[in-house]
Amino acid sequence: MGLELSTTRLEDAAKWAKQSKLARIPEWGRKFSLFTYPFVTACCGMEFMSVAAAKYDIARFGAEFPRFSPRQSDLLMIVGTITEKQGPALKRVYDQMAEPKWVIAFGVCASTGGFYQNYHAMPGADQVIPVDVYIPGCPPRPEQVLDALIMLMDRIQDGRGHSQLRLKRDAMIRAQEAQAGDGPGE
Amino acid sequence: MSKQVVDALAAKFPSAVTRTGSAHGDEIAWIKRDDLVAVATWLRDDPAMAFDSPVFCTCIDWLDYRPIGRPVSEHWNETKPRFTVCYQLRSIAKKNRIRLEVEVTEADPRLPSLAGLWPAFDWQERETFDMYGIRFDGHPDLRRIYLYEEFVGYPLRKDYPKEKRQPLVRRDDLPVNPLKAAEGKSH
Repeated sequence: MGLELSTTRLEDAAKWAKQSKLARIPEWGRKFSLFTYPFVTACCGMEFMSVAAAKYDIARFGAEFPRFSPRQSDLLMIVGTITEKQGPALKRVYDQMAEPKWVIAFGVCASTGGFYQNYHAMPGADQVIPVDVYIPGCPPRPEQVLDALIMLMDRIQDGRGHSQLRLKRDAMIRAQEAQAGDGPGE
Repeated sequence: MSKQVVDALAAKFPSAVTRTGSAHGDEIAWIKRDDLVAVATWLRDDPAMAFDSPVFCTCIDWLDYRPIGRPVSEHWNETKPRFTVCYQLRSIAKKNRIRLEVEVTEADPRLPSLAGLWPAFDWQERETFDMYGIRFDGHPDLRRIYLYEEFVGYPLRKDYPKEKRQPLVRRDDLPVNPLKAAEGKSH
């Protein structure tokens, strides 16, 4: 199938054990238990169903459980065209998700607006929220989606997701402020 | 196919029907704006007509209409009204189709609503208003149906810029933020 995991769970655990960085445990756990929020607006949804169904089986990567509440999910999959009218709704869904959270733009419409260049289509969902992985294709093949998911898992492990970087930056700023104010400032 | 309907219409309302025609098997009657409701009421209620089914309502913007390989259309040139509003009707009982076309000018793009006769035209007239800015007098609830209230202009008019977007929300950290750029221009 040409669909080999770059890192299996066992190898990954071994790598983590060698590095013995306890701080990486949560990220290792997170990447194998992604709860998706499918923000499905268009025909790419058919391909999302294909990825989720038995043949391609996204459950092999631990991301099989779509949650239709943003509060319970940490991976936002934007599946399909985003219109300007939908922009506020998309931003609100993203804002409601708990940190840390990740975003995949599924298909060209969600990535760049695709072939819509007109008054109603947003030129990519990243105009409104930060996107971690873009999947090209109209619609993408299920293999591409799984490939993107593996890329995202590597990124989660390395702590390079948008929301992870933002959390780290905020923590650094807080630490610097606490140092500058010598503690009792707050 | 429905030629007898158009002929009967022209005989019944000789002053309201400016001309009649046929395109691709569909009969067309051009109606004066002020007589539209009277004509439509007769088409719906007369037992020999019985147009009980509204098919669609839409609009044609003839701005800069240049058919390829032919001289400037007999349908439109700069001296004629810019918009044509079309009502396609069907009689399921009599198996007839007819299209009523009303020409309205850019300066005064309004005509009487037919939503009172066929309730299905309610949302279609709202769409025509949304996309072309045609005002339907007597419509029960004439406001935008697809686009948001903040939208300025009518996107399917030929003079609306092809890629002009009117974003509602954008990220703060975009290199070029259209919302901020618009604010900067206005100040």
